[in-house]
Amino acid sequence: MSQLDINNMKNPKRAKYWWTFTGVTIFMAVLYYVAFTETRLQAQRSIWESGPLLKRFFWDPFFMSEIHAKIPEYFGYMMETVAIAYAGTLMGAILAIPVGFLAARNVGGHFTFVGKAILNAVRAFPEILFAIIFVAAVGMGPFAGVLAISINSIGMLGKLYSEVIESIDMEIISTLKATGASKLQVLVYGVIPQVIPEFSSYALYRYEIDVRSSSVLGIVGAGGIGAPLILAANQRNFEEVGMMLFIIVLTVTVIDLISTNIRKRLV
Amino acid sequence: MVARSKKTTWWVTLPMNNTKRIPIIPLKQKIFALVVLLIVIGLYYLASIATNSSPERLINGIPHIYYFVVDDLIPPNWSYYSRVLPPLLETWNIALLSTSVAVVFCLPISFLAAGNINKKAWLYQIVRFLLNVLRTIPDMILAVMFVAMVGIGALAGVYALFFFSLGILVKLVSETVEAIDPGPLEAIRATGGNIFQIICFGAVPQILPQYVSYSLYVLEINVRASLVLGFVGAGGIGLILRQQMSLFNYGNIAMIIFITFIAVTIIDTISTSLRKRLV
Amino acid sequence: MIEFRNVSLTYPNGHQGLKNINLEIKEGEFVVIVGLSGAGKSTLIRSINQMVKPTEGELLIDGENTLKFSDRKLRKFRRNIGMIFQNYNLVKRSSVLRNVLAGRLGHTGTLRSILSLFSQADVRLALHSLERVGIAEKAYIRADQLSGGQQQRVSIARALTQQPKLILADEPVASLDPPTSHAVMKDLQRINKEDAITMVVNLHAIDLSMQYADRIIGLRNGEVVFDGPASSVSEKTFEDIYGRPIKEDDLVGDASNE
Repeated sequence: MSQLDINNMKNPKRAKYWWTFTGVTIFMAVLYYVAFTETRLQAQRSIWESGPLLKRFFWDPFFMSEIHAKIPEYFGYMMETVAIAYAGTLMGAILAIPVGFLAARNVGGHFTFVGKAILNAVRAFPEILFAIIFVAAVGMGPFAGVLAISINSIGMLGKLYSEVIESIDMEIISTLKATGASKLQVLVYGVIPQVIPEFSSYALYRYEIDVRSSSVLGIVGAGGIGAPLILAANQRNFEEVGMMLFIIVLTVTVIDLISTNIRKRLV
Repeated sequence: MVARSKKTTWWVTLPMNNTKRIPIIPLKQKIFALVVLLIVIGLYYLASIATNSSPERLINGIPHIYYFVVDDLIPPNWSYYSRVLPPLLETWNIALLSTSVAVVFCLPISFLAAGNINKKAWLYQIVRFLLNVLRTIPDMILAVMFVAMVGIGALAGVYALFFFSLGILVKLVSETVEAIDPGPLEAIRATGGNIFQIICFGAVPQILPQYVSYSLYVLEINVRASLVLGFVGAGGIGLILRQQMSLFNYGNIAMIIFITFIAVTIIDTISTSLRKRLV
Repeated sequence: MIEFRNVSLTYPNGHQGLKNINLEIKEGEFVVIVGLSGAGKSTLIRSINQMVKPTEGELLIDGENTLKFSDRKLRKFRRNIGMIFQNYNLVKRSSVLRNVLAGRLGHTGTLRSILSLFSQADVRLALHSLERVGIAEKAYIRADQLSGGQQQRVSIARALTQQPKLILADEPVASLDPPTSHAVMKDLQRINKEDAITMVVNLHAIDLSMQYADRIIGLRNGEVVFDGPASSVSEKTFEDIYGRPIKEDDLVGDASNE
């Protein structure tokens, strides 16, 4: 064994690190160069002058009686939003079950790739693009929103479901088969009790996300509080925007709290 | 070891002709399950009335959607691509810049929002509260606000997505920070290190892979979010999408959707494969 | 009666699990199969109810070659065989009673069982099985709240509820501490004596095998290397079966608090 020369030590991985580092740096530099030269980033107003505007958003709405008078109306829109999310999530959560089973390696067998391909394609598609397509296909209104929400929920829930299914205890399945149980009995007694808590928990989690998404669907005409919000913003009625925003934040917070609470008990 | 109790229980020795019905699931559980089921269905009933989306209408809607896609969207107007690419680049730039700024700002805030680093309970609670509120605001509403503040254009989009992704990123990173091994932190504290040394030498190396991975994840989210910012005037491809929609120019819309889909898929694929290598 | 005639089993990867096994197990016998891990104990026991299917030979049960059974017939045949596993294999989130009732699935119509419409006779039978292993009071508790020994008793009760002619137990006590191991083995012994149910049990521990078995079958590399009454067995026999000296690990020890 040769003695270690501590004055002449080299990190054997140094060259590789250096190449990676240089490569990443150059790549990022190009990206940022393009970003700063190709995109106009001028402000028409300085953000530091938005004090009065922020006051109109966050302060004034609480002290104007004409805004107060509109609160019930806004709550109505918010309830529509919550309803879009609920109908959409529930539909999606139910339809995600067969897709999830198909996409799970231990169930789908040779057809797993079909399920996985469907789910990947759906998830690659941003929600709002679905909303646009559905608005054009079935007309403006909450119905298009429900469709958009449910199809996107299938994408995410189907993937999560398939992971849950892949993690179940397969020994129980063969145990039940060994008692002479039929396939359907194995499903009901062996599989479903193992997956139901996670399935419901994920569906609730997705509901939290969907309440947020459905509050902006109105911007493309798919119902909910987004439509009056964008209208008020275009007319520069920022007090109204502020009040609607307050209602959204409040509702989302309450729903999150309830849902998190239920989810904690589920799993 | 469990003591084997010889004492008989309430059904005693179970004569096979006993007439008392033995339930498989206790009544209380049955009622509970029934109530839950009724609530879920009842809420769905209400929601489907409010949104005009009965299951029947859902099924009837499928042919509409099918014919819309087949007759109106197909074929896309392929020659429209030259008008799509510049706003698409702007969309990407908005996502890249907002993510980059958020990635820088998230680090100090994450340590403030991590209970194991920030020992000042009041500060921790305030930061958490603000972040929770921030995360309830949808990205599009932030965009509306910033358009009002700095005017129409990509800058408003960058601001909006910066705040939007900051909320997500800080939550993810602070959770990682809270899960780190306290050993190295204690060791540095024991050698007399101050809070910045603890963070730099104890915490940062431990969270680095997750930090980079979450940054890429947030970039993916921001790419999707930036597609529609143009609907409210915050720059990107959403602007031409809205124009073409108001003109009912479905061939062009299909082309925008198609190119967007390709771009999103490419970015997602690269980002996902990078993230897989990291963690 | 179970009869192995020249049974061999080759796994798809080429590994030979069983080599030309010839055995006869009579009704009501308490047979313990011993051998090192990898010797083919599990393969042997699982080939009886075809959780793994032998590739050659004949496996006769009551004179019928079970390897030729159709799926339907196999299901019918399996419901008469109870099975107990090292990891209990209970549905952890279901109640104890539901787990035990799973033993009646083969006897209950699919539709009825999906709607949880077991006959009262079945429910009573399930509770009776639980009573026999001493945990009837746990019927409505979720299975994951029980200790390991209790969970293994639930799985014994599940097997009993099948009203089987034969119970297969694959390393039933390998995850349990010594006193609980003895208690579980005593349960199996009692069931064997009282109901005349044939028991085929895989064990690693030699002292348990000698104490509870009527007959011991030794396996090495997928072959039967010993077959004889438990009374004829000594530590020397085990050294021959294992092909190495007996170690501390091969013993469970006495039931200290029985």
